[in-house]
Amino acid sequence: MKSEHLYNYILGIADNSLILGQRLGELCGHGPSLETDIAGTNISLDLIGQTRSYYQYAAKISGENKTEDDIAFLRLERHYKNVLLVEQPNTHFGFVMGRQYLFDVFHLLLLKELQSSKDETLAAIAKKGIKEVSYHKRFSGDWVKRLGDGTPQSAAKMQEAIHDLWPYTQELFDMTDADTAMALEGVGVDVSKLKKA
Amino acid sequence: MDNNWPLWEIFVRSKNGLEHRHFGSLHAADEEMALENARDVYTRRNEGVSIWVVKSSNITASNPENNGELFEPAQDKVYRHPTFYKLPDDVKHM
Repeated sequence: MKSEHLYNYILGIADNSLILGQRLGELCGHGPSLETDIAGTNISLDLIGQTRSYYQYAAKISGENKTEDDIAFLRLERHYKNVLLVEQPNTHFGFVMGRQYLFDVFHLLLLKELQSSKDETLAAIAKKGIKEVSYHKRFSGDWVKRLGDGTPQSAAKMQEAIHDLWPYTQELFDMTDADTAMALEGVGVDVSKLKKA
Repeated sequence: MDNNWPLWEIFVRSKNGLEHRHFGSLHAADEEMALENARDVYTRRNEGVSIWVVKSSNITASNPENNGELFEPAQDKVYRHPTFYKLPDDVKHM
């Protein structure tokens, strides 16, 4: 394999989008209204679409004759590298929007940095994803504000969701071995620096 | 939930230079949400470059019961259409 670290680095980014995309996909047909249902499923499809680009690239450098589907589906659960935030189960709509917003803010910061990666493929995937993720953040952020400013019940539920989700945000900024190695080479992003942003 | 949300009429301009056309309607709590919902419901397959949202209650519509007096008098006045002119081949979109 060309680079074990690069392979793991790509999966570290892509698995977050895959798992969050799947979580949102579970809600297809179950949204609180037709309009929000379509919006959530749109975001899910955006994320899974981005995941495909990453996995296709990972499959290419794996040197093992793998396909994107092998990487997406043929792993045991412990081999997925996603952060715990994105796999938190869907409970209520406010929770789903809170989870989305916390991830979207991080995701946008990450992609903005990643577009200056020395790795041209990663830079191109990041560049393409930024517009999608900007909209995700706008949508989820509007809902967090809307529910927070809404009725006492919606504000309490939103506050509780953020309270429950917040401890999972620290992990977004933890550097894995692959993160450290790739950041040193100018390929990856030093996520520990994003925390201040 | 959407029982409480007002109805909005959605107009989308599909290309620069063309007019906004009525695409349909949807529910949303306010104009911002209506715009976002319209984006997701009506433009996810690259249908648009601009969206207008108008609260349905702000539209005054003609009453179908009045169709007789409003529209039928025009039916036998074909001369009000400029169909008796010869159109040059170069003119498109008439």
